[in-house]
Amino acid sequence: MKHLPIVAALALCLGVITAVAAQNIATTRGGAINEEPEPPRMARVDNSDIKRKRAYPMQPPTIPHKIDQYQVDVYANKCMSCHSRRRTAESQAPMISVTHYQDREGNFLADISARRYFCNQCHVVQQEAAPLLVNEFVDIDELLRAGGR
Amino acid sequence: MKELIKRYWHTISSPSKFYSLGFLTAGGFIAGIIFWGGFNTAMEFTNTEYFCTSCHEMRSNVYQELQSTIHFTNRSGVRAKCSDCHVPHDWTDKMARKMQASKEVWGKIFGTINTREKFLDKRLELAQHEWARLKANDSLECRNCHDFDYMDFTFQSKRAADQHSTALASGEKTCIDCHKGIAHELPNMAGIEGWD
Repeated sequence: MKHLPIVAALALCLGVITAVAAQNIATTRGGAINEEPEPPRMARVDNSDIKRKRAYPMQPPTIPHKIDQYQVDVYANKCMSCHSRRRTAESQAPMISVTHYQDREGNFLADISARRYFCNQCHVVQQEAAPLLVNEFVDIDELLRAGGR
Repeated sequence: MKELIKRYWHTISSPSKFYSLGFLTAGGFIAGIIFWGGFNTAMEFTNTEYFCTSCHEMRSNVYQELQSTIHFTNRSGVRAKCSDCHVPHDWTDKMARKMQASKEVWGKIFGTINTREKFLDKRLELAQHEWARLKANDSLECRNCHDFDYMDFTFQSKRAADQHSTALASGEKTCIDCHKGIAHELPNMAGIEGWD
């Protein structure tokens, strides 16, 4: 009988948890917690090769083509076989930004900087898919216009 | 020794004493079918995925890498197995490749690449052999399925169509020049032409 307070406390906790779970919590999961919702179909990667507008000047440009199976690791960098300085004449692909040839002190290097090596950290493909959440981003031009300047 | 050879030669060169010509002809014909069929079946067996992946060197390295690529997993269910790309389809070329492969048996016996580390150390050399082979035969094994004459550029992306209708069409480049590492991971590409 000496465990009674602990049991009572546990029961109380359980009650609170159940009450919280019963409330309608907004999630992007699309189904009850104990159900496996049908996943959306995999969207296709845009392969149009059309450059996209950047949302702000410093934005890393998004990739306008498929990059399936592109190997970027310590042995090889498939992206650089077209986009490096040495390769652009033959490939006619845009050269990676000059900032990629700088170390963190701003010194220029002969080759791509190690801190810029993994392209996918910033540059990504785009899919023809509806966004999961509403994007409230406002372009700087619109912001300035709204400010009356 | 000389006597022995003489005796056998005498037996072989003299006409048959007991067996009819018909029996010898038919027997030779049937034996020929069995030997030739057996030889070819055994050789074809060495072309199967089961055979290639029965060695852990292949199963746990290159075969694992192949499985996520388009040549193994794709929408249409057409699959290229090891021999489709690595063994010529013509009989004489196939025989030549199979004889070359005796070196791979040697490598298996002496454990040339029997650990992941040894394999990675040797990967560049092995890859270069395959690149050289495909370069020399104008990517014949690619073209067994991907026939240039049947390519419709309008179904290709613009970049692909541009390259295929110029560099590939003129024979200046062959498949393997651009499409390296499509079925397996690449070795260290530092200093390889076309890579940075």
